[in-house]
Amino acid sequence: MSMRALLHHRLAPVAAIAVILLLLPLLFPSTYYYRIGALVFIFALASLGVNLLMGFAGQVSLGHAGFLGIGAYAVAIGATHLGAPSWLSILGGASLSGLIAFIVGRPILELKGHYLAVATLGFGLLVAIVLTNEAAWTGGPDGMLVPHLVLFGFPLRGSQAWYWIGGITFVVGMVLALNLIDSPTGRTLHAIHDSEVASRMLGIDVARHKLVIFVISAIYASVAGSYLALLNELITPDVSGFLRSIELVAMVVLGGMGSVIGSLVGAALLIVLPQILTILQEYEQMVLGIVVMGFMIFLRQGIVPGIAAALGRMRT
Amino acid sequence: MKVLEVERLSIAFGGVRAVSDVSLAVSSGLVFSIIGPNGAGKTTLLNLISGIYAPQDGRVRLGSEDVTGLAPHLLARRGLSRTFQNLQLFLRMTVLENVMVGRHRHESTSILSNLLHLPSVSRQNLQTREAARSGLARVGLAAKAERPAGSLAFGDLRRLEIARALASEPKVLLLDEPAAGCNPVETEELDGIIRSMVKDGVTVVLVEHDMRLVMNVSDRIHVLANGRTLAEGTAAEVRSNSAVVEAYLGVHGSEEAARAFG
Repeated sequence: MSMRALLHHRLAPVAAIAVILLLLPLLFPSTYYYRIGALVFIFALASLGVNLLMGFAGQVSLGHAGFLGIGAYAVAIGATHLGAPSWLSILGGASLSGLIAFIVGRPILELKGHYLAVATLGFGLLVAIVLTNEAAWTGGPDGMLVPHLVLFGFPLRGSQAWYWIGGITFVVGMVLALNLIDSPTGRTLHAIHDSEVASRMLGIDVARHKLVIFVISAIYASVAGSYLALLNELITPDVSGFLRSIELVAMVVLGGMGSVIGSLVGAALLIVLPQILTILQEYEQMVLGIVVMGFMIFLRQGIVPGIAAALGRMRT
Repeated sequence: MKVLEVERLSIAFGGVRAVSDVSLAVSSGLVFSIIGPNGAGKTTLLNLISGIYAPQDGRVRLGSEDVTGLAPHLLARRGLSRTFQNLQLFLRMTVLENVMVGRHRHESTSILSNLLHLPSVSRQNLQTREAARSGLARVGLAAKAERPAGSLAFGDLRRLEIARALASEPKVLLLDEPAAGCNPVETEELDGIIRSMVKDGVTVVLVEHDMRLVMNVSDRIHVLANGRTLAEGTAAEVRSNSAVVEAYLGVHGSEEAARAFG
C-alpha cells in the first residue's frame, strides 16, 4: 500500500490517536496528569457517542448524561447491592442503557429540532431525579462509594490504570465509529441528517436508523459513565445532571460535529482548559467562557474540521 | 400492463379539496405526464402516490398490490421512487455519495457487520460505488463525482437527483417538475435522460410546466384543474381539447389561441 493510500485509510486517525495515547505519558511530570488524561479519554468516549447521534445523524440530545448516570450507578449498585463483579456491571449498565434508549427512543425520535432537544432534556432530568430520590439504592444526593475493578484477580485502580483502560476503550470506540461511518449504515445516517424525506423516498427506514444510532450512542455514554465511577471511586447524581449533558454537547460542537477526532479534541479542551485556568482563580470561569466563545466565532465548524479546511485552503 | 393505478383519490386540507376523485392508470414502459395550471393539485397528487400524504379516500395500486397508505420507504422498496420540485439532495455529501445512498435498498445493512467492517462491507461499498459511478456517467456528472453536492449548479443538481432516484432501480419514477429552473440546453438533456430511462424499462410519471418537454416526451397526458381531472389523452388530443386550453389561458386567451393557431 502506498503512503498516500495509508494516510487516507479509514483507520488512519486511529493510528494517530494510538501513538498519542502511548507517548503522552512520557510528558507527564506526575501521576496527577494520568488522571487528567483518563478523564479526557473517558469524556471523549461519551462525546463520541453523542457525536454519532448529533454530528452524523443530526439528532440532538440534551439528555445523554442520563446514560452516563445509568452506567455510573450500574457499577456502584451492581457491586454494593447485587454482588456483581464490576466488569459484569459495566456490561449490565451498557445493556440497560441500550434497552432504555430503545424504549425511550421510539417516541422521542419522532420529534425534530427543538422539540427533540426538550424531550431528551426531560429524559436526562428524569434519570437525575430517580438517582437522587431512590436513596435506598443510590445513596441519594450524597451518592455512593464504588468498589474498584478486579479483572482476572488483578485489582485495577488509580489514575494510571484508568488512563490506559479509558484510552484503549476510546481507540476501540473510534474504530467502531469509523467503521460505521464508512458503511451503508453510515451513509444512511448522513442522508437522514441532510434530508429525511429524500431518505424515505430511497427506501430508508428513518425511524429504525435513528433508533439504532440512539441506542449505540447511549451505550458509548454508559460505558464512559461506568469508567468515570470506577476512576473516581465515588459517584453522585451530578454525573447525570443537565450541565453534564450540555458539556457533552459542547465537546461535540467545539471539537467538530461529525468529526471523530473532534470529540477527543473537544473533550480535551473542556477538561484541560479549566485545569490550566485555575491559576487565574476567580477569573477562571470568565476566561473559559471567553475562550469557548472565541473558538465558536473563529472556528464555527468546530476545531478539527475548521483547521482541516484551513489546511486545505493553504495547500491549493 | 398497468404498473400504477390510482382510483378516485381524494384529500382535503382544512376544507380545501386539493385532490378530488382523481383516477388514472399508468401503463408499463411509458411516459405519463400530469399537467395543469398552478394550484391544480399536481404535487399533492404525487405526494399521495408516493406515500408522503395518506389519502382520505381512494386507492393506489402498484403493480398488482394495493399500497394505499403505505409509508414512503415501503413504497420505495416496492420499486417506486421520486424526485422533488424543490430538490431534496444530501448537500453535505459528495455527488457520488448521494447516488450511493440511492443504492440503499440493494444493500444489506446489518448493523453488527457494519460496526466491525467485515469483508462483506468492503465488498458492498465497492459494488455500490461502482454502480453509483455508472449512474453518474449516465446523467453526465461523472467528472464531478467527488465534489460536495452543495457546490453544484442548479441544473446539475436536478440531474443528480434523477441519478440518485435511478440508482434505486425503480419500476416507476415520479419526476416533480424536473425542468424547473433549467435552461433550454439542460431541458433538452433532460428529454434525452427521460427517453433513455424509459428504454431501460422504467415507467415515468412526469409533472411538468415546460410544455415543450411534456409534448415531446409524453405518451399520455393527464390534465388536472382545481384538484379534478379535466382531460386525458395523447399530446395531440390534449392540445386540441378546448377545456384544457381554457383552463390554461382563460376563455379570452383560448379564443386568441384558436385564432392564432387557426
